[in-house]
Amino acid sequence: MAQVGIREFHGKKIIYQALEKCNEFKKFKQKKLALYNVDNSWQALIKNNQWLKNKHNLVVKPDQLFGKRGKNNLIGIRLNLNQVREWIKQKSAKPIKIGQNQDRLTHFLIEPFVKHEQEFYVSITQRRDCDEIGFSVQGGVEIEKNWKQVKKIKIDLLDFEKDLKAIQRLLVKVDAKNKKIINQFIVQLYKVFKKYHFTFLEINPFTITNQGIEILDLVLKLDDTASFECKNLWGDLEFPVPFGRTISEAEAYIKSLDQKTGASLKLIMLNPKAKIWTMVAGGGASVIYADTITDLKLGQEMANYGEYSGDPTTNETYEYAKTLFSQMIKHKLTGNKALIIGGGIANFTDVAKTFSGIIMALDDFQEAFKQHKVKIFVRRGGPNYEQGLKEIEKAAKEFGLDIEVHGPGTHMTEVVKLALNYIQ
Amino acid sequence: MNRKNYELFNRETQALIYGNQEKAIQRMLDFDYVCNRKTPSVKAIVNPTGGGPQKFFYGDKEILIPMYRSIKKALAFHHNIDVMVNFASFRSAFISTKQAIFHKKIKTIVIIAEGIPERRTRELIALSKKHKKWIIGPATVGGVVAGQFKIGNTGGTIENMIASKLHRSGSVGFVSKSGGLSNEMYNVIGRNSNGIYEGIAIGGDAFPGTRLVDHLIRMEKNPKIKMQVVLGEIGGTDELEIAKAIKDKIIKKPLIAWVTGTCAKQFSTEVQFGHAGAKSGVDIESADAKNKALKQAGAIVPNSFNDIGKKIKQTYQKLVKAKIIQEVRENKPAAIPNDYETQLKEKKIRKPTQVVCSISCDTGDEATYLGEPISKVTNKESLGLGYVIGLLWFKKKLPLFACNYIEMILKTVADHGPCVSGAMNTIVSARAGKDLISSLASGLLTIGPRFGGAIDGAAKHFKQAYDRKLTAQEFVKEMKAKGVNIPGIGHKVKSIKNPDKRVEILKKYAKKHFKINDYLDYALAVEQITIEKKENLILNVDGCIATTFIDMMMSLPNIFSKKEIDKLIELGFLNGLFVLGRSVGLMGHYFDQLRYKQRLYRFPTQDVLYLTKGKSNE
Repeated sequence: MAQVGIREFHGKKIIYQALEKCNEFKKFKQKKLALYNVDNSWQALIKNNQWLKNKHNLVVKPDQLFGKRGKNNLIGIRLNLNQVREWIKQKSAKPIKIGQNQDRLTHFLIEPFVKHEQEFYVSITQRRDCDEIGFSVQGGVEIEKNWKQVKKIKIDLLDFEKDLKAIQRLLVKVDAKNKKIINQFIVQLYKVFKKYHFTFLEINPFTITNQGIEILDLVLKLDDTASFECKNLWGDLEFPVPFGRTISEAEAYIKSLDQKTGASLKLIMLNPKAKIWTMVAGGGASVIYADTITDLKLGQEMANYGEYSGDPTTNETYEYAKTLFSQMIKHKLTGNKALIIGGGIANFTDVAKTFSGIIMALDDFQEAFKQHKVKIFVRRGGPNYEQGLKEIEKAAKEFGLDIEVHGPGTHMTEVVKLALNYIQ
Repeated sequence: MNRKNYELFNRETQALIYGNQEKAIQRMLDFDYVCNRKTPSVKAIVNPTGGGPQKFFYGDKEILIPMYRSIKKALAFHHNIDVMVNFASFRSAFISTKQAIFHKKIKTIVIIAEGIPERRTRELIALSKKHKKWIIGPATVGGVVAGQFKIGNTGGTIENMIASKLHRSGSVGFVSKSGGLSNEMYNVIGRNSNGIYEGIAIGGDAFPGTRLVDHLIRMEKNPKIKMQVVLGEIGGTDELEIAKAIKDKIIKKPLIAWVTGTCAKQFSTEVQFGHAGAKSGVDIESADAKNKALKQAGAIVPNSFNDIGKKIKQTYQKLVKAKIIQEVRENKPAAIPNDYETQLKEKKIRKPTQVVCSISCDTGDEATYLGEPISKVTNKESLGLGYVIGLLWFKKKLPLFACNYIEMILKTVADHGPCVSGAMNTIVSARAGKDLISSLASGLLTIGPRFGGAIDGAAKHFKQAYDRKLTAQEFVKEMKAKGVNIPGIGHKVKSIKNPDKRVEILKKYAKKHFKINDYLDYALAVEQITIEKKENLILNVDGCIATTFIDMMMSLPNIFSKKEIDKLIELGFLNGLFVLGRSVGLMGHYFDQLRYKQRLYRFPTQDVLYLTKGKSNE
């Protein structure tokens, strides 16, 4: 949804291809690069990237949406192919910690080493009323120290051609012989940024050799809602989950459901051994339920975050509820578990219709819920809410499940307090 | 249009709806009616794929709302429209919004779609600034001015709107990102004060067309709004702008504020919440930081969302005490008649059905033939058209030999050349320029007692005679006495020496596959007598189909009872086989005439025996 990071490998590929196509860069040749996924065979990598054979002088680094790889000793430089293989083996052997997040290294970018002296910095970001291009002749790992050297210009969203002329103002400190090529490069980068619906671009650094422009390190985010405009331009893209957040089977299933429907279905597992489980309707309301649990100092007991909204069908709601419920009964805990079926007052979602999907799932899980001492707390309003509440209460009682239901007369998050009393 | 500059909508607002959103439009009109508006707020609909006025209810009366293919056309006819509610999809909302921005008359555009690319939205924002327009959304349900105007689906059902006091003006201004939560908040505000004056949901995107702060500043200028409530969200810096506006004394009225997303600290990695703009990660954009900034600036910030109602109540009561707010005089909302559909769903009314259907059903996930999903029937190669006819005509699952036999019959009767009356009619119609269905129907209309309709008659006569235990001799005698030709006997050219091959094949199949051949044998016995009189009085294809079909049913006593067989013959099922099969040939003739571009057919005068004379001029 909206801004998503993509791998450096895919980012570079997109930019190289775009540069190759434009007139100013007629002589530009696509640079060599390869992406290795440690779950695949090494032979397949070589087979698909013949240029790697007998290659010396390679650079390898993890490609998993986190930066500061140099500072974390995660760049292998001037290695031959066998050394690259060894390097990857060693780095991916066990999970590592970057900041707060621990995860496995699984994807690596392999490129020819580029000998260079000068390191330039360029970035393009989007603001509400303009785009912004930043440039510095002092790029590289110490960019943050030299942040003041980064000069910025604004690009008007409607009339960008005029503003692009101002790029030369950024290049005051660039040697005369490089001015033209860098100017053209930034102009083209901006055009690609715009056309390809990028939302964030940072090249730190790039350099100039006798082969022309060399992009050494790239961070790229794009707007995935634009895929209907850009599918062909982007080619085969994947949107990896951030480093440190592994995606479970249940989460992946909900994600696949979400992609198939006009409704919105989301699930993030936080702690499968926690006692408070939420199935909340609405993107805004779901955040408030999670907030309230946190505000009541129960964050560690919050099992999941998620939402179902946008008038999902009975069957979609059933699938969502089933997936969530199957996670609820994975771990037997001492004490009680609470399931909050929450939501605000819907504008147009048919409450009775979605609730009948939840009832179907409750039917499937009634025995397990009894064993796990689950009590259900419902709070919901909107079209047909009275019927929905009545039906879910009746069904739960028939299944022998403990339930209490509340309508718009009860404050939306009051049920969180009730659930808290039950689990403590 | 009479509108103050701090107002976007009032009791006179007239709107254009882009996209034929029947439910949303009806909800707007219901709201108008409940609020006793003088005129409905929806003046026109734009639907690029179709035109023509649409029917809606206004109270218990039906009204027509014109529908146009373009915004330009709609505005040419309706001069007082200044709002467009855009229901176009995320793919096309950019273009239609852009068109609306360029239109002088339109002042406010609401974009409902979620998932418009951010660059496109930012272009719209830049354009709207240039042209001094207000954009609400994208990714929003809209908003409402209590008792005056509501956008699309805002506020949910009418009962809920009345319960939340949205049918008449209160004193509270409200702005939020989330559309779903705004409805919840109207309820919270309604319970703890005299209700809202105006509420706007700006939408969950990272770049909303107008920001929370824009609306708060606008509403600040409205003398009827005495206090404001804002619900912000993690991500973005909009709330910091609000804090600044309070500090700069641009916002002076009491403001109760809460930023949601305080839970983000529970997540170790960056999280994308339900709204595109709600993304954790940057410290100054965190909910905690923004709540703190708002509190420092002087906003009233509760400790958690749970307490927001309390804070609203306290603030409201203070303002009442200070006589800044006068209590609202409650007016009675006009009553909306119940909708048939809702009542039916809630089982509050009943109504006899009008049609009965026992062969197929389309109410489930997949349509079925006699309970079998179409995909299952289609998927199994061994189940041919004969099986489908079994399901839909006879309501039986027929065994393979019977299905195959039905298909043999269809093949046999599919065509008989261009000269028979059915084909002739189709050909003439086709050449007169009529369409496929007219030409086919024209051919089918000839089927009756003289052409093609003999199968039923043959079945009836042979069946009755056999069942009455008449010998073949007695049957022939009886028919002769009545002066009736026996249907199913006789052929124009074929004779016992030159037998009809089609009949031979059907007979052979029946003898081989059917346990019972009584009726065929009976018919053959009759043939023995008739050919003695004339050698072309043979059992023809109609008679053969009729008798073998009875034999086939008789061979399946577990599927067809004797009573059912009589009923089927009586209802004319067997002629159906001829009609169905021959339709194939008739359509063939139709296409054939078109293929060769045959011109209008005129019957040659030489072929007419004129009984009166034409007049010569000489």
